[in-house]
Amino acid sequence: MLDKITDSVYKYEMAEIEGLVKTALDSGITAKDILIDGLMKGMEAVGESFKEGDYFVPEVLMSAKTMAAGLEIIKPMLLDTSGAGFSRGKAVIGTVQGDLHDIGKKLVGMFMEGAGYEVIDIGIDVPADKFIEEAKTRDADFLCMSAMLTTTMKQMKVVIDKMKEAGIYGRCKPVVGGAPLTHKFAEEIGAHYSFDAASAVDLLNGLLAN
Amino acid sequence: MSFGQLPEKNIHEIHENALNLLESTGVLFNDPEAVEILTSHGASADGSIIRFPRNMVEEAAKKVPSEFDLYGADGNALRIGGNETHFAAGSCGIRIRGKEGAIKQSVGVDLRDIVRLTDGLDNIALASSSVVPHEIPEAIGDSYRVAQLLQNTRKPFVTGAFSAQGLFDIYELLEAACGGKDALARKPRAVLDVCSLSPLKWTDVSCRNLIDGARLNLPLELISAPLIGATAPMTLYGCVLMHTVEILSGIVLIQCVNPGNRVVYGGAPMYFDMRRSTTSLNSVETSLVGAAYAQMGRFYGLPTHIYACLSDAKSNDAQAGLESGISALMAAQSGFNIISGAGMLEFCNTFSLEKLVIDNEIIGMVKRLAKGVSCGEEEMAAGLIGEMGPGSDYLSTGHTFKWFRKEPYLPSDVIDRKNLELWQSEGCRTAEQKASDIVSKKLAQVNGKPQEIKDAAEAVWEKIRMREGS
Ligand code: B12
Repeated sequence: MLDKITDSVYKYEMAEIEGLVKTALDSGITAKDILIDGLMKGMEAVGESFKEGDYFVPEVLMSAKTMAAGLEIIKPMLLDTSGAGFSRGKAVIGTVQGDLHDIGKKLVGMFMEGAGYEVIDIGIDVPADKFIEEAKTRDADFLCMSAMLTTTMKQMKVVIDKMKEAGIYGRCKPVVGGAPLTHKFAEEIGAHYSFDAASAVDLLNGLLAN
Repeated sequence: MSFGQLPEKNIHEIHENALNLLESTGVLFNDPEAVEILTSHGASADGSIIRFPRNMVEEAAKKVPSEFDLYGADGNALRIGGNETHFAAGSCGIRIRGKEGAIKQSVGVDLRDIVRLTDGLDNIALASSSVVPHEIPEAIGDSYRVAQLLQNTRKPFVTGAFSAQGLFDIYELLEAACGGKDALARKPRAVLDVCSLSPLKWTDVSCRNLIDGARLNLPLELISAPLIGATAPMTLYGCVLMHTVEILSGIVLIQCVNPGNRVVYGGAPMYFDMRRSTTSLNSVETSLVGAAYAQMGRFYGLPTHIYACLSDAKSNDAQAGLESGISALMAAQSGFNIISGAGMLEFCNTFSLEKLVIDNEIIGMVKRLAKGVSCGEEEMAAGLIGEMGPGSDYLSTGHTFKWFRKEPYLPSDVIDRKNLELWQSEGCRTAEQKASDIVSKKLAQVNGKPQEIKDAAEAVWEKIRMREGS
């Protein structure tokens, strides 16, 4: 049964997923198992195929939608049992002040969502204080920043310094990305870095595991 | 056969749909003054979204001159429009590929070298602010790039501002270098790029650049960069439509501010690679979008521009050559007046001096192709063929002697036409290696004697630096 759910997410069968999840619930499988061994396993396979170059972005997005449709059904039960909610972790994401390039950021957000993270997209051209405020009030695990301009990437350090001031640095981990960035730059400003959307998910998974 | 040319009927269809979208959906202008100017000229506003009556758009397009001249430092005119095709070095890279192949962040010296090299390459008519120097403070970035251009080339150039203030600084520099306001208006040295934000938006900075640029009577090159499948429809026809809507909306704002302002109908269409999440400016699809919007530009009677002659490769390999070659040829064949991009690798992020030298050859060949077969009586050589008859050699004829330099395109040594043994004996050198020799040679020629930037421009540049304390 769970294999069928995994397969259905992988093949983005929007029309099937609802019935499959309901049948699984009826047959006594727990919501948590459906999530982890069914839906998320499907998205993991999607991630692999994407990295291989077999899956294209629109297919990944369609699979994520399929997973979301399945998740919608089991959400109330997940909240019941654990109380902690269903997300792997919470990520606040935005492009830094002065930067309007948002395609990369959107893509990273969608991939994270697809992998089971709760993503709070706070938009483009986001001032440093707004990043801090959102990370604090949402109690985010990750503060994700995107910059595509050499001029705006400097803003990232400003945000990270403010995270330290606000005392959330560490508990909330800064994650950065964008074409002009490098590993070295991220290290210097004290952030985690990944170069694309699929590896951003691996990065978050790794950070959570530690 | 000419690839990608649309029948007249489709041109009208795009035009009609563009006017409908401008009237019903509208375009967002993120600047209060832009909204005020447009509404006072007959558009309607819903917040920052502007909707345009049809005739307002059509009238504005008619006011744009169909061609104009840019001028080099020595006063030579470069006609922008008509059947002229000129190539420009690529703009705004953020990295440089060094001689040994390492890719690093670009700095001021890189920009200087690129501009000097552009100056020395005959087939590239326009220089550009080709890379962004990382060590230069943001506040003087725009003017720094223009000062470098004025100091290191006599060619006209393509540039642009990243900020509202930057445009005024650039203006002051150009004004001083050209010898005053009137001289600059009569003989502009540069065209300034202003980008829309697909889909259907102009940012605050772009709105300011449009308005201020028009007030200062600067030639403006409108760049709409629809990303096929990401910020624009996945289908090419729809992408052309979006491009048309955005460019027309920009033209209207400019013409409201300064009727008759020089405008280039430009763009940087991109294909969003669904497998790698990257943005290709030289896919064959972008060439087709270009071919179609070049027709739209001509339909409105404007000079046209596109990005081409660049590549997504990271080194000067086969991919770099084939993508640059195909896109350059397609763009020229589509009748574009300005073609930007030479020297660029990696989605317009990495600049390579060696590639600029190789692209100079591509452009030479494209231009030769564009010239076609010249069909005079002497070229026909009927008399000569008759005279020579069967079985003689043409090498020692006066006719060959007269034409052998004139008729073909004569490539530099980058294009290898040596015989095999000679090539092997010289170490089997690649195009990139040979280009690198040419780079060193050309830069050695200009090193130590930069172009003189007028005292006045030097003073303005000094003033800007003082103002920003750097
Ligand atoms: C599309 C584009 C635009 C579009 C943006 C549309 C939009 N809605 O986003 C438009 C035309 C509006 C635009 C405008 C401008 N642009 Co622009 N633009 C680009 C372009 C071609 C592609 C960017 C893109 O979308 N890539 C595709 C996405 C999917 O990739 P990505 O953003 O890199 O994201 C991936 C990774 O980086 C990573 N990632 C990204 N964010 C994050 C965040 C986290 C947390 C993580 C983990 C990972 C991660 O994952 C993503 C997915 O794989 C780049 C050049 C290039 N090819 O990179 C230039 C480029 C970035 N732009 C440039 C410039 C100069 C400008 C303008 C200043 C031009 C002007 N004069 O008006 C303006 C500035 C606007 C502003 N204030 O931001 C220059 C930058 C030069 C510099 N100094 O830095 C570039 C390099 C092009 C060039 N050579 O000229 N641009």
